[in-house]
Amino acid sequence: MTGPVAVGTELPEQVFRVTRADLVRYAGASGDFNPIHWNDRVATAVGLPGVIAHGMFTMALAARAVTTWTGNPAAVVEYQVRFGRPVVVPDDDEGAELTVRGKVGALLDDGRARVDLTVTSDGEKVLSLARAVVRLL
Amino acid sequence: MTLDRGLVGRSYPPSAVYEVGRAKIAEFAAAIGADDPVHRDAGAARAAGHPDVVAPPTFAIVVSLEAAFVVLGDPEVGLDYSRVVHGEQKFAHHRPIRAGDRLVATTTIDAARTVAGNDLLTARVELATEDGEPVCTATSMLVARGGEESS
Repeated sequence: MTGPVAVGTELPEQVFRVTRADLVRYAGASGDFNPIHWNDRVATAVGLPGVIAHGMFTMALAARAVTTWTGNPAAVVEYQVRFGRPVVVPDDDEGAELTVRGKVGALLDDGRARVDLTVTSDGEKVLSLARAVVRLL
Repeated sequence: MTLDRGLVGRSYPPSAVYEVGRAKIAEFAAAIGADDPVHRDAGAARAAGHPDVVAPPTFAIVVSLEAAFVVLGDPEVGLDYSRVVHGEQKFAHHRPIRAGDRLVATTTIDAARTVAGNDLLTARVELATEDGEPVCTATSMLVARGGEESS
């Protein structure tokens, strides 16, 4: 992070592309092999528009906006999200786009700050109540 | 169906030990595009003050989600597994997870309620080393969406 941190300080916006290949890779790394994250037949059978990203993958990408800003992945001491809307990932080379914005919502004691995140795909919020508590020192 | 509030406070036996490996941390970090060397280079991690490579902030889910799912296997909870989606997730890190950690997960039901036909169950998973050092509290809210008949 550059410069002093105050309430309202904005994090650099991050944009991520999510393709089917990314979902397969995340499934293997995380051990979450739910077929709604890689199989259109199963996804549509349960009423989804198509294959969707793992909520935890979206949560992990959103955290990158925070760790890129702090420069220290271990500075994240608390992190929470509510999964609002699924991120549909089409079976093409473009995939889905995820935009992560963040700003400092509060300065806490012990040199910590709360970062409030806004995570959108296709202009719609996909996570709500997404916030991280980070150590600034 | 309605979740029994009497389930709140129920705990399950500790999991088997999960040994955190350097390769698993590196694999997870690569999958989420986290390219900080502290995730894959023990020397860089030591230079940053860690005893070994450290995991990205959401790595705990690799251990905690399966532990949270023990509640789904509890016949007295009776959640319809096929309708379960992940509603919320929270991590409170007492310290970073790192390679070499031998973690034990203990799951407790923190909340159980039924709202508008949906069953909401909050499972808190305490991750600690087998020596009892607290590492991470991972809380998952699971939602079993009500069927058409209950809407």
